[in-house]
Amino acid sequence: METLMAVTIGILFAVGVYQLLSKSLLRIILGTALLTHGVHLLLLTMSGLKTGAAPFLGQQAKAYTDPLPQALILTSIVISFGVTAFFFVLAYRSYQTLGTDNMEELRGEQGE
Amino acid sequence: MNNWLVLPLLLPLFTAVLLIFFKERIGIQRQISLASALVNIAVAGGLVYQVQQKGIQSLFMGGWLPPYGIAFTADMLAALLVLSTAVVSTACLVYSFGSIGEERERNYFYPFFQFLLAGVSGSFLTGDIFNLFVCFEVMLMSSYALIVLGGTKQQLRETLKYILINIVSSTLFVASVAYLYAATGTLNMAHLSVRIAEAGPGGVLSVISVLFLIVFSLKAGLFLFFWLPGSYGAPPAAIGALFGALLTKVGLYAIIRTFTLLFYQETATGHSLMAWMGAATMILGAAGAVAFRDVARIMNYNVIISIGFTAFGIAAATSASLNGVVLYLLHDMVAKALMFMLGGMLVQAAGTGRITEMGGLMKKKPLLGWMFFILSLALAGVPPLSGFAGKMLIIRGGLESGLYLFTAVSLASSLIVLYSMLRIFMHAFWGEEKTSAPAMPRKQTGMTLAAGGLFCLMIVMGLGSEWLYSLVSQAGDILIQPELYIEAVLRR
Repeated sequence: METLMAVTIGILFAVGVYQLLSKSLLRIILGTALLTHGVHLLLLTMSGLKTGAAPFLGQQAKAYTDPLPQALILTSIVISFGVTAFFFVLAYRSYQTLGTDNMEELRGEQGE
Repeated sequence: MNNWLVLPLLLPLFTAVLLIFFKERIGIQRQISLASALVNIAVAGGLVYQVQQKGIQSLFMGGWLPPYGIAFTADMLAALLVLSTAVVSTACLVYSFGSIGEERERNYFYPFFQFLLAGVSGSFLTGDIFNLFVCFEVMLMSSYALIVLGGTKQQLRETLKYILINIVSSTLFVASVAYLYAATGTLNMAHLSVRIAEAGPGGVLSVISVLFLIVFSLKAGLFLFFWLPGSYGAPPAAIGALFGALLTKVGLYAIIRTFTLLFYQETATGHSLMAWMGAATMILGAAGAVAFRDVARIMNYNVIISIGFTAFGIAAATSASLNGVVLYLLHDMVAKALMFMLGGMLVQAAGTGRITEMGGLMKKKPLLGWMFFILSLALAGVPPLSGFAGKMLIIRGGLESGLYLFTAVSLASSLIVLYSMLRIFMHAFWGEEKTSAPAMPRKQTGMTLAAGGLFCLMIVMGLGSEWLYSLVSQAGDILIQPELYIEAVLRR
C-alpha cells in the first residue's frame, strides 16, 4: 500500500513542479495546490498505513492508527489554505493592476 | 518549568489582536505598539538574565512532559536572539512612525508588525520541529502582508515571487518533517537528537539533513537567494530593515539548531556542503554588491554576503567559530537594520536610489554621512567596532578546522563589503551637489532617533564585546555540547 501511495505522491509532485514552471500565474497556483496535496499525503503515508481503528478511544479497538500525523496534516491544511487564499487574491489584484498573468512579463528590473 | 518563556511570543500576539480594534485611531495604535515593544525588551532582557543565572530554561506546554507535549526551550542563543529581535524591532517601529505613511498605518501595518514579531520570537524559542514550521508560517504570512502593503506595481510583482518561493520551501519543510518522523518517530528536538544519535551516522538521516539544509537555505537566502534582492527592495525602508535584520536570521538560526543539535555527528555531508554553499554565497553576493548602482540592491547583496559568512562559521563547527557565529549574528541584526534605515534616509534625502545621480550630501546631512561611514567600517569589521570580534572568531575557527580556501574567501568578502558600502558613501556624500531633491516631505525626528539609537547600540556592542562574549560563550558551549540541551529538556 505504501508503495502505491509513494508512486501517487511522486506523480502529484511531478505534475505540481511542471505546473510551477509554466508561464501562467493560475497554473502556478494550481501547481502549489498539487504540491501541498502531495506533501499531506506524504505525511500520512510516512507514518505508516497499518490497519487500525480510527483514533477515537470510544472504539475500544486493540490497535489504533497513529493520531499525530493526522493532527500535523490538519494544521498544515489550514495553513496552506490561508496562504492559497492570499495568493489567489494577490494574483487577482496584480492582474487588475499590472494587466497580465504571464510571469515572463512580470520581471521588470528597477522601478517601472 | 518557567512561564516567563512564552511571554516574548504572547506579548506581540495579544498586542496585535488588540490593535485590530483600533483601525482608524492611528495615535492609539502607535502608543500601544510602542508600549508593548518596550515591555517586550524588558521581558527579553529578563529572559537573558534568567538563562545566565540558572542555565537553560524550558516550559512544557499544558504540563505534558517531553517528548509528548510541545516544549519551549530557551538556551543562551535563543534568549540573546529574542533580546536583539526586541531591540531591533522597537527601533524599526520608531523609524516607521516617521516614514511609513498614514495609508499603510490605517491598513493594519502595526498588527502585521506584531504578528511578525510573534512568529520570529516563537521560532527562536520553540523546541519542537513542527512547531518551528508553524512559527515560520506565522512569520511568513505577516511578511507577505507587510511586503505587499501599499500595493504598488513593484510590490505586487515581487510579492508574487516571494510567496511562490516560500510556499515551495514550506512544502519541502513539511516533506522533510514527514521523512524525519518516519525515520525517528518523534518531533521534539531534544528527543530527535537522541534518536538520531542512536541510529548512527549515514544512511537516510544524512539525506534528511541535506533536505533540511535546502529548506532553511531557501528561507535564509544561503546560496538559494535568487528571490532575495528583488523582494527586499520592494517595500519601504522600515519594512526592509525589519526583513533584513530578522527574517534571514531565523533561517540561519534554524540551520544552527538543526546542525548543532540534530545532525552534529556526521560532518562529512551536511557541513561540507554548507561550507561550499557559504563560499558560493559570499562570492555571488560580492559580485552583486559590486555590480549594481542602486542603493537598495547594494544593501540587499550585503545581506547575502553576511549570510554566506555566517554559514561558513557554522560549517567550520569549532568552539571558536560557533562563538563567533553567535556574536556575529547579534552584531549583524543591529547593523543590517541600521544599514537599511540609513539607506532609506539617504534615498529620501537624495530623491533618487541611483548612486551615480547623488552627490555632495555631506554639507546638507553631516550626521547621516558620518553614521553611514562608521557603519560601513563596522560592517567590514574594522577593530574597535562591533563586526570585528565575531568575524575574527569565525576566521580563527575556519583556520583551526583547516578550511583555508574558504577562510580566504570570507576575508576577501569583508573587503568587498567595505568597497561596496564606501562606494555608496563616496558617490552620495562627496563631490558636487547634483540632486535637486525635493524639500523634506515629513519630520524626520523619529527616523533619526531610531537610527541614532541603533548606532549607539552598535558602538556599545563593539566596545563592550568582551562583556558580551561572556554571554555568547555560554551560548556557544551549548552549541558545541548538545548533551547539555538534551539533558535540560529530557531529564526533568
